[in-house]
Amino acid sequence: MISKLFQHLFKHIDAFLMTCLFFALLTSLFVLYSASGQSLDRIYAQAVNMGVALSVLWVVANISPQKLERVALILYVLGVLLLIAVALFGSISHGARRWLNIGFTQIQPSELMRIAMPMMLAWFFASREGKPSATNFIVAGLLLAIPVALIMKQPDLGTSLLIASSGFYVLFLAGLSWKFLAGAMVSLLGFMPIFWSMLHDYQRKRIEILFDPTQDPLGAGYHTIQAIIAIGSGGATGKGWLNGTQTQLDFLPERTTDFIFAVFSEEFGFLGNMLLLTLFSIIIMRGLMIASQAQSTFSRLLAGSITLNFFSYAFVNMGMVSGILPVVGVPLPLISYGGTSLVTLCLGFGILMSIHTHKNLVAN
Amino acid sequence: MGAELKNYLHEQHYFRFRLGVAALVVFCLFALLAFRFSYLQIKQYNHYQTLAENNRISLVPIIPNRGLILDKNGVILAHNFFAYTLEITPAKVKNLEETIAEISSLVEVSSLDRKRFKKFREQSHNFESIPIRTHLNEIEAAKFAVNHYRFPGVEIKSRLFRHYPLGKLGSHMIGYIGRINDRDLKNLEESGDLSNYKGSDHIGKSGLEQYYEKQLHGTTGFQQVEIDADGHAVRVLSSTPPIPGDNIILAADSKLQEIAETAFGNHRGALVAINPKTGEVLSYVSQPTFDPNLFVDGIDSESWKALNESLDKPLINRPLRGVYPPGSTFKPFVALAGLEAGKRAPPYSIHDPGFFTLPGKSHRYRDWKPSGHGTVDIQKAITISCDTFFYGLAMEMGIESLTSFVRHFGFGRKSGIDIDNVSGKSENGGLLPTPEWKQRRFKQPWFPGETVIVGIGQGYTLVTPLQLAQATAILANNGVAMKPRMVSQIESAQSGKKQMTPPVVQDRVVLHPDNVEIVKRGMIDVTLPGGTAASVGANAGYSIAAKTGTAQVIGIKQNEKYNESGMNERHLDHALFIAYAPAEDPTIALAVIVENGRHGGSTAGPIARKVMDYYLLGKVPAVEAAKDNKQLTGNTAATTAPPEEELHD
Repeated sequence: MISKLFQHLFKHIDAFLMTCLFFALLTSLFVLYSASGQSLDRIYAQAVNMGVALSVLWVVANISPQKLERVALILYVLGVLLLIAVALFGSISHGARRWLNIGFTQIQPSELMRIAMPMMLAWFFASREGKPSATNFIVAGLLLAIPVALIMKQPDLGTSLLIASSGFYVLFLAGLSWKFLAGAMVSLLGFMPIFWSMLHDYQRKRIEILFDPTQDPLGAGYHTIQAIIAIGSGGATGKGWLNGTQTQLDFLPERTTDFIFAVFSEEFGFLGNMLLLTLFSIIIMRGLMIASQAQSTFSRLLAGSITLNFFSYAFVNMGMVSGILPVVGVPLPLISYGGTSLVTLCLGFGILMSIHTHKNLVAN
Repeated sequence: MGAELKNYLHEQHYFRFRLGVAALVVFCLFALLAFRFSYLQIKQYNHYQTLAENNRISLVPIIPNRGLILDKNGVILAHNFFAYTLEITPAKVKNLEETIAEISSLVEVSSLDRKRFKKFREQSHNFESIPIRTHLNEIEAAKFAVNHYRFPGVEIKSRLFRHYPLGKLGSHMIGYIGRINDRDLKNLEESGDLSNYKGSDHIGKSGLEQYYEKQLHGTTGFQQVEIDADGHAVRVLSSTPPIPGDNIILAADSKLQEIAETAFGNHRGALVAINPKTGEVLSYVSQPTFDPNLFVDGIDSESWKALNESLDKPLINRPLRGVYPPGSTFKPFVALAGLEAGKRAPPYSIHDPGFFTLPGKSHRYRDWKPSGHGTVDIQKAITISCDTFFYGLAMEMGIESLTSFVRHFGFGRKSGIDIDNVSGKSENGGLLPTPEWKQRRFKQPWFPGETVIVGIGQGYTLVTPLQLAQATAILANNGVAMKPRMVSQIESAQSGKKQMTPPVVQDRVVLHPDNVEIVKRGMIDVTLPGGTAASVGANAGYSIAAKTGTAQVIGIKQNEKYNESGMNERHLDHALFIAYAPAEDPTIALAVIVENGRHGGSTAGPIARKVMDYYLLGKVPAVEAAKDNKQLTGNTAATTAPPEEELHD
């Protein structure tokens, strides 16, 4: 009886993926405890965030992909309208206009777009029966450009690039021609020097520091320098949990959010990093497998994009913290402190599980 | 059909090919990360290890000097001094127990020090330095300095300590500082002041130290320094000096405070004296007091237990938080309420048979004088404290109009004095009962009899000593309510500029001068022969307007006589006394409450007289001499037998 109920409750949960998420979230709590200066308050707060996010995951996993397909357009239109509202009435914090006050709480419409964007494009290609015609790609490119431009204007460069890439993944998986890809790449490289010559000196300086933080050790480069010292001094096996000097002695900024990977790296070393990379790889491989087994154009494009988007967040974050990518405020998925991005992530994983577990119903 | 299926399979096949390409890209980029990690953590490990351990740039906070607290004559009530402390950073020490044992062979480490260290250790992080010994003398400091090399992770630091040189005197008004705890941190975070407390480990916890925390603390400075592996500063790169906290100067005089506190003897109670024209608090007594120095470095559990569990409750800030029934001290305000409502204006008078009954009821509301006072008008009713007169007046006015009038005198609401919580959370607002209040509180209707006893300040009515003093000040000032405040000036420690805190008019009760005159006359007669506090006014050399009061601690049944000799001392009535002087042009208004002191005129009155004598004439009471002879028994009233009138009110 109870086992039946259990089975019914978790019918749409993918046990394999869930186990991986569980390990990642557990890691998050441990790292957070150390990064927050051993604050149990932070742990409780994040545990609550996790509870909310996992509930969202469960709910979404129980919604069939067909239903998701039907709301894709509505979500997208809503997302764009909210982004326009942000541009007009949004509240400014830290010099950027990202939040919208809706009376009882504040929302960040760009988070919604992280899911709505790939859903919209997947729906678009599914409704065009997956034919990779040039017209379709031009329309899709426009659908992608509108929200990206709005988010870039907030300004939130990091998020806008990541949303652009999530849309790009759909285009790529839908069969965007190689010729076009190659052409775009070449023209981008070609325009670079021209673009560079058009910049002011101070703008150039800013970009140089973005790529070489040592030029401004006390200003903009401080974060990266301290993070790299933390990672490097972690060595092969790390300094041990709660014993990272960079972390505990306040050298690391934003160490519970965007720079939490430096804390992890310092305390668990190269070995820990490899384990974390492996865990992320397994999650990505599982996601790609779900995509490859998906039975409709909509669900396979969506599953593929969500999975690759998870990858880009992980890669960009670890890349910026370890100094091979410029610092754009992107959290480490599943590990960083914060509720909003965790909920969005779990929403994505919920969709993956929904696609995987509703498969047979479609076949019937 | 066949073509469609073929098309579908082709599409799926192509999709899988694209997925494969994506997976390859994922793999390559993760491999790039892995390569980057191996470069940083394996190949360059030594380089970054050195960077992490050696030269690091750190921001070191420079703690500002905390402002002083001074009385109106510049006598220091709170100041700072430098002292050496011995501090341990647990993360840098291999064996904590062993290290402490070795330290104790060099300098004395008491079990109290160990306990305190353990307590702080539980509240802090591994990398925070925690004091194991405070207040090292020069010899101890030198002894340790010589052996410093033996103790990695143990530092000798010079720190500022807070000290209250007058000890127990005025401790409830000065308050104290203590170590910052989690709740303080949360408050600081909410108010956005957390960065200013980097490096500070103390914060105002009560009294003026808490209310004026912002001014006293100052602004933390910063030094950007290069530090080495042991955390020693190698080189200062840049420096922003701290701004010391402001000094606060009180309106109170420490000598007057001493006289007032001494006058209480062994009695518990409270006294608040206010300048009615400015609202400045001249004296603020809560007896018994405690030594605030005990709290600065964390109070030990024995001392805490002794203070906290004492029946005398020395930690309670009585003027602010102690609530008492006002008793007969409420009568002048009831009288004024009646006169302003057009009731009882002279020549109206009653014949007092010694009790009051409600129409159609048999219950007798007794006067303190069983035989009655005879013919009494409103002025005489105040002077002789005639209960019967006020029973009838309260009844005729009704509870609502009575309470709404006296509320203007500060009863039933917070004064907003500048002590303790800035938000006024810790002040008790007292209680002015109304039918709505009773319905809310007890789910019961209001009975007429309850209005009757409000007329003599009994029943549900509760006041704090501060409220009573403030009400007296408002009356003395003919209805103009000045906001009570402890601090008269704030002195910038940097520029030395003194800034006066301006008097604030809180409320203006519109009163008819004739009515005020009648009440004031009644109160002046209280201290003249025939009044209930005639001995208090005797040979004063200035005129005093006053009112005595008695508040029951336990209820007495109908037909039962109050027998004070057979009672537990803590069940005796509270004695109350309000006064202002000189009556023609008042510069001091006060309220005194002596817990279980029985009669306002005989125990509370003499305390008020000593305070007024010093404040107005500079006279130091003879009791000071008695103190030297160690003959103080505590019951100052027992020495002279007061006339019969004064035993009651």
